[in-house]
Amino acid sequence: MTILSLSPSKRAWLRFKKNKLGFWSLVIFSTLVVLSLLADVLSNDKPLVVSYQGHLYFPIAKDYSEKTFDGDFATPADYLDPFIKDKLTTSPNWAVYPPNPYGPKTINYFAKSPNPSAPSRDNLLGTDDRGRDLLAQLVYGFRLSVLFGLALTLIGVVIGVITGAIQGYAGGKTDLVAQRFIEIWGSMPELYLLIIFSAVFAPSVALLLFLLSLFGWMGLSDYVRAEFLRNRQLDYVRAARALGVSNLQIMWRHILPNSMTPVVTFLPFRMSAAILALTSLDFLGLGVPPGTPSLGELLSQGKANIDAWWISLSTFAVLVITLLLLTFMGDALRDALDPRKAET
Amino acid sequence: MTTPLLTVKDLRISFAGKEVVHGIDLTIAPGEKLALVGESGSGKTITALSLLRLVQNAEVSGSAVFQSPKGEVELLGMPERLLRGIRGQDIAMIFQEPMTALNPLFTIGNQIEEILALKQGLAPSLRRQAAVKLLADTGITEPERRAKSFPHQLSGGQRQRAMIAMALACQPKLLLADEPTTALDVTVRTQILDLLGDLQRKNGMAVLMITHDLNLVRRFADRIAVMENGVMVEQGTVKDVFASPQHAYTRKLMDSKPTRDVQEVPADAALAPILQASRLRVSYPVSVAGFKGWFKTGEFVAVQGATFDIAAGQTLGVIGESGSGKSSLALAALGLHPSKGDLSISSMTWSNHAANNKAIRKAVQVVFQDPFSSLSPRMTIESIVGEGLAVHQPHIKAMALQQRVLQALLEVGMTQDQFPGLLQRYPHEFSGGQRQRIAIARALMVEPQLLVLDEPTSALDVTIQKQILQLLQRLQRERGLSYLLITHDVDVIRAMAHQVMVLKDGVVLEAGPLAQIMDAPEHPYTRTLVAAQA
Repeated sequence: MTILSLSPSKRAWLRFKKNKLGFWSLVIFSTLVVLSLLADVLSNDKPLVVSYQGHLYFPIAKDYSEKTFDGDFATPADYLDPFIKDKLTTSPNWAVYPPNPYGPKTINYFAKSPNPSAPSRDNLLGTDDRGRDLLAQLVYGFRLSVLFGLALTLIGVVIGVITGAIQGYAGGKTDLVAQRFIEIWGSMPELYLLIIFSAVFAPSVALLLFLLSLFGWMGLSDYVRAEFLRNRQLDYVRAARALGVSNLQIMWRHILPNSMTPVVTFLPFRMSAAILALTSLDFLGLGVPPGTPSLGELLSQGKANIDAWWISLSTFAVLVITLLLLTFMGDALRDALDPRKAET
Repeated sequence: MTTPLLTVKDLRISFAGKEVVHGIDLTIAPGEKLALVGESGSGKTITALSLLRLVQNAEVSGSAVFQSPKGEVELLGMPERLLRGIRGQDIAMIFQEPMTALNPLFTIGNQIEEILALKQGLAPSLRRQAAVKLLADTGITEPERRAKSFPHQLSGGQRQRAMIAMALACQPKLLLADEPTTALDVTVRTQILDLLGDLQRKNGMAVLMITHDLNLVRRFADRIAVMENGVMVEQGTVKDVFASPQHAYTRKLMDSKPTRDVQEVPADAALAPILQASRLRVSYPVSVAGFKGWFKTGEFVAVQGATFDIAAGQTLGVIGESGSGKSSLALAALGLHPSKGDLSISSMTWSNHAANNKAIRKAVQVVFQDPFSSLSPRMTIESIVGEGLAVHQPHIKAMALQQRVLQALLEVGMTQDQFPGLLQRYPHEFSGGQRQRIAIARALMVEPQLLVLDEPTSALDVTIQKQILQLLQRLQRERGLSYLLITHDVDVIRAMAHQVMVLKDGVVLEAGPLAQIMDAPEHPYTRTLVAAQA
């Protein structure tokens, strides 16, 4: 009785923390996400700070023409060009390059071997078949995948919870009609729609997010509906109705917090499903527009260049680690929220 | 004295290193009826189950010597293979809830035959006859037909009879009965108890009856053993223990019959009743099978033609068994389920207007049966209790609201001195009785005139039940509250009600002042009901 008055969610968090595998997966995954959010600082073809002839420049935030550094052209400076690089780094000038001096679209025109080139001092993980640095590709691809997964999950949860809550709480005819709608909607061929839409509209991440969201909410809404159906006839809800609490308040304050367990439990699994969906669509060429760094596109490159083992192997490793971390988190979360373990 | 049938010495049971039964001693003579009594959590069920080693993940130590027909055996130490021969054959068990103890996918007859085949190796044709005979012995009507029925096709009493037939299939020497009548209606309870008594005499077996119901002990048992928190506090013959209980806990149990302490003044005829109902009818839609069901729905009438009123400061006790429609009556009074007929509370009637209904909700509040499902597990005590007032007085200041919450909790006997940080606690930190107090505080917050009490004490232990009823009686005296008390328990009615209404299958059989219904019941059903708990 030393710890008093922990809310049920806090107790679930304590149980989650006790699961070492799940907890450390969360720590590692969060670290990776934070690092990938800082990708622009960590992996970029522009120096962070340049001191040239006594002036300070910040190429990462602002474009400077080559002439600024006494080059020949009025175009934006290419900081990987040996000529510019040399000028910037000879004393008293100095430049701070990011740890990995390549951006997602930077092509290394000065590679010593033909593309795709194997891992070397210049490109730690080698380059892909267009001469882009693989490490940069993976970092930006990971960031896009995770952000896409988060966004898709979030939209799915919001729509799923709202529709599930309405069906479960209203019940009767509303429920009947909505269920039939979901059955019809769910039997639409998702992949064909994606192919058709990618032919009609210019492919973009936003369009993909929209299309996948149209179908992504249904699985969750069923769970939330079932929870609402169960909870709405419990005595605490009846007592709240007897007190005169409005329907919206009952749904929001009483039923929703007690119906979130399946939603939270499925979050990591839904996210890994979303990442996989994006990867497979990219692999098929139906996903993000060409030129966007993506894990799926790298996988298809790996398939096209079987000899370039560094492409498929490193992409595969990133995917497996990401999905594995999410699955470990999901397992731990499921155990933490298990009502049978809620007493301890 | 003959050698005891079962001798238990220093039985200790622990789960994951935590001891729950702390070394109990127990003997049962052949043909003896021993009642093991205690409140929930006292370890009485686990004690019985561990005799047959049916508790999972438990570490059991001590000894339990059983005189089987083949000689003396140590139940706790013998190999699992041999123990299986004892289970069902020499020691049988019946459980509290016959619906879950019977396999829903097999007929009753099949399940009895299975035991006969396993234990006695009877030929199939003999088995069928034997099963029917066993069912007939339990007094079930039409045993031939019942043997072909599935558990869900039988009533609760019939299912328990089938369970008993199964347990007695091999004429065991010892029957472990775990609360065999708790899940049944009161009138059925006495029948099952009498049946157990008859069969016990006929077969000469010993019975270990686990129960919390002292009426039942007095009626049935020869000896009584009282358990508290895993310790055996008292043992003796029923006569001795009931006449002069030695241990304080036993005395507390004996003394837990609810006492009457209400104002007996007759209702003031000049004042309008708080609740008036005439020809009240409550029904539920049910789907009609077949093609007709496409166009219309049928209805199940839960309450029909109920006419009653409740005067200020008085209690109307509604008594009935499960399925009698008493809870539907409560929901209708609360406006949570639509009803037909006239129903007015403080001369207001339920309608579809939210504003109108809000005014009535201030006048009538509710306390439910199950203290575990009636409080939202994810809200603090402060927000649970304070919610009603926040609805009816939306502009109340946070500080004032907190004061009112504390005051309401004080009135139900809960203070911050007793529970530090009371307001910020969550329901799981409280026991059943404490939760019920919180539920009462929640209802009192809006200062209602009428409280609907739907079986307010039937989920609680007897000693707690008495405390909650005393609290309700005090609140009625102090605040002049009216109660619509719904229960199946004649003792609760005797302690609380001024007027009584007897409900069966949705119809009011009898209604009138307490004394009239309890002392001179007219309807035969009321008579059995009252007699069952005398």
